Amino acid sequence: MPSDPFTPGVVAGRLSADEIAENFQDLHPPLNDHEAHVAADRCYFCFDAPCATACPTTIDIPLFIRQIATGTPEAAARTIFSQNILGGMCARVCPTETLCEEVCVREVAEGKPVIIGQLQRYATDRLMAAGTHPFSRASDTGKTVAVVGAGPAGLAAAHRLAMLGHAVTIFDARPKGGGLNEYGIAAYKATGGFAGAELDWLLGIGGITVEYGKKLGAELALSDLEDRFDAVFLGIGLAGVNALALEGSGPEVVNAVDWIAEMRQSKDKTDIAVGRDVVVIGGGMTAVDAAIQSRLLGAGNVTMAYRRDRAAMAASVMEQNLAASKGVRIVCNAAPKALVASGVLFARTETRDGQLVDTGETFEIAADQVMLAIGQSLAGQPDLALKGRKIAVDEHGRTSRPGVWAGGDCASGGDDLTVTAVAEGRDAAMDIDAALSA
Amino acid sequence: MADLTSTFVGIKSPNPFWLASAPPTDKEYNVRRAYEAGWGGVVWKTLGEAGPPIVNVNGPRYGAIHGADRRLLGLNNIELITDRPLDVNLREIKSVKRDYPDRALVVSLMVPCEEEPWKAILPLVEETGADGVELNFGCPHGMAERGMGSAVGQVPEYIEMVTRWVKQYTRMPVIVKLTPNITDIRQPAAAAMRGGADAVSLINTINSITSVNLDLFAPEPTIDGAGAHGGYCGPAVKPIALNMVAEIKRNAETADLPVSGIGGVTTWRDAAEFIALGAGNVQVCTAAMTYGFDVVKEMISGLSQWMDEGGHESVASVVGRAVPNCKDWQDLNLNYVTKAVIDQEACIKCGRCYAACEDTSHQAIFNEIDGVRGFKVNEAECVACNLCVDICPVEGCITMRELALGEVDERTGKKVEPYANWQTHPNNPAARAAE
Repeated sequence: MPSDPFTPGVVAGRLSADEIAENFQDLHPPLNDHEAHVAADRCYFCFDAPCATACPTTIDIPLFIRQIATGTPEAAARTIFSQNILGGMCARVCPTETLCEEVCVREVAEGKPVIIGQLQRYATDRLMAAGTHPFSRASDTGKTVAVVGAGPAGLAAAHRLAMLGHAVTIFDARPKGGGLNEYGIAAYKATGGFAGAELDWLLGIGGITVEYGKKLGAELALSDLEDRFDAVFLGIGLAGVNALALEGSGPEVVNAVDWIAEMRQSKDKTDIAVGRDVVVIGGGMTAVDAAIQSRLLGAGNVTMAYRRDRAAMAASVMEQNLAASKGVRIVCNAAPKALVASGVLFARTETRDGQLVDTGETFEIAADQVMLAIGQSLAGQPDLALKGRKIAVDEHGRTSRPGVWAGGDCASGGDDLTVTAVAEGRDAAMDIDAALSA
Repeated sequence: MADLTSTFVGIKSPNPFWLASAPPTDKEYNVRRAYEAGWGGVVWKTLGEAGPPIVNVNGPRYGAIHGADRRLLGLNNIELITDRPLDVNLREIKSVKRDYPDRALVVSLMVPCEEEPWKAILPLVEETGADGVELNFGCPHGMAERGMGSAVGQVPEYIEMVTRWVKQYTRMPVIVKLTPNITDIRQPAAAAMRGGADAVSLINTINSITSVNLDLFAPEPTIDGAGAHGGYCGPAVKPIALNMVAEIKRNAETADLPVSGIGGVTTWRDAAEFIALGAGNVQVCTAAMTYGFDVVKEMISGLSQWMDEGGHESVASVVGRAVPNCKDWQDLNLNYVTKAVIDQEACIKCGRCYAACEDTSHQAIFNEIDGVRGFKVNEAECVACNLCVDICPVEGCITMRELALGEVDERTGKKVEPYANWQTHPNNPAARAAE
């Protein structure tokens, strides 16, 4: 008998392939021409625009929106890509509600921002659909750069370096490139194999070779890369998963990032097992993504449990509301204590004098599957100075080792956002170029 | 990548976008920033003769027409020529031109309609190293009351006379800026040409009252309870300007006279349209005053993209391309028959096309399809007026289908025949008379 949302345990195929496909459709369907023109018309072309300042990659947002308004979305796309070569993915996954759109003067004045993210997607989709690459390479400099990690930071660095005429080799531990774009982003935010298509399109600049299945600390040694290349950029992300030791037994426990990565690679997701009662532990974007996608796969009851209060959640209000709209229950001030036969035992918490403390009360939430989404950490780091738990870098992305730069989630400084990773990769590339040209 | 460089009456600029003589070009500070933003050239705000500076009103100088959402559609002003001392302007012009040799810098001039003041000011401008002069025969307010600006531009004999003086006393290229407040733009253009002008620029602003304050019963902008007519500009005036440019380019006498197109240029497309009608470059003011100097970046990228897509290698290669297609009504093909078609998939059933056609046109749209609300063209009544296309809120929903040669027009019951115009039409008494 096929399973359904009421089937107990952790099982695959709670919904049909068609139902799953329907559930995982584009979160924001693309704008058509008319919608884009109406949306673009709302932009005031502000002076020293707050939106552009809020963008980690400093895209000239008023200009690209005006280029859409005047019927040249391709020119708009060039404006975007000149600052952010992953502008297509960022248009889909950026938390615009806490970046450009939050400070849009129309958000401040009316509570209705210009829909910058969707307009960016309109423009970038148009240019990418043409199948052409908008930039060309400078003449060959004869310099070589190794980029470790084919995620947003590594790709942004590689593209900029290739554009400047350097020969780039990207190494990635996984069998596919894209990093979190390919393995981590919620499926409904980048439908249609967008991450892979964007990678292929980006490589259209030329001058970049990619070697998969090469992991730093395993197949690759940093000292070896330093010998073979004129410069090294590390964009290795946070490959480690923070552990949470819970006593007891009962529900199955998985790491949310691993579960999402497996789901992202599944063809129609009917083979992805999910609980009837799922508890996701964490308060960030990964927790939201795991919780929502559990529901979309047919989990009956999904609870996101976060140990602090709602205001402290890393997931934006928009993400929280999205989770709620998909039927995810968010429980705050719930610190996991132990696994029990029917689920998870939580201690109720509160904040006293800035300290999170248990109140002494406990309660249980039913679960047959528990997903841990309590953060990732640097794994297999080479011999480099750290700042906190990340690779220490200066404002140019330089690490403690001369000739080695780092950016993205693995490096200190900046939020763990795709767009921040792109900015850091791009800026490190400019510094590498300056160093190699000196 | 298309070549956007422009050479207009021998004056080179990296693109054909110049700032028109107006407040944005009134001083060195602005002009430097304009060049940094990417403008190819500027026409410095009009200089008057030496002496006590010009005085402006100290109340509002501008009035505006807005669309929904406060989009500025038309702007009216009662500002006069520069109110800064002549020597200060000249010193600044020299300084800017020295630092931006690749950009066009033309100086607008307006002095009394006598030979001496023109003779006096020209060497001073020449000394700055400016690329040329533009004679302001266009401003319709204030200065016109003193016998300058449009007061000169409305009398072809004066235009010719002053232009001749200026050509006599300077080596610089001379552009004559025309007022649209006349009945036939070809007359002042021809007069400028006879006087030796290297080019004309048009249009200057149009006499206007933008609105009336209904509490004060006074025109806006209101100065202490009263208002004077101003000069109207901005997107609203573009169609008038386009026609005037076309009139000059279609006229055999003035067809070869270079034109600098002015009037509501806001986007790359506006500029391309002026250029297609024969303008060698364009001048912009209101768009910069509304959005700031950075607006030129869109004009540059858009024109460049359009030229690339169309395979147009240079600006010069598209100048005047639409002029041969600008005709008189009597030359239009009366046997060209089209019928409106409503795309039922795209139609949102608002019924605006029906109201327009039923109430004000030809009763050529049905308001029911198979007994339910829906809108469909009745080809037996449709005269192809295009009103439904223009008022439909859904772009591309209503289109015009061209009837093929030999196809029967249901309205007339006649087959579509080859080209024929009014000049040979049987109903035309003049046509009969010619036989």
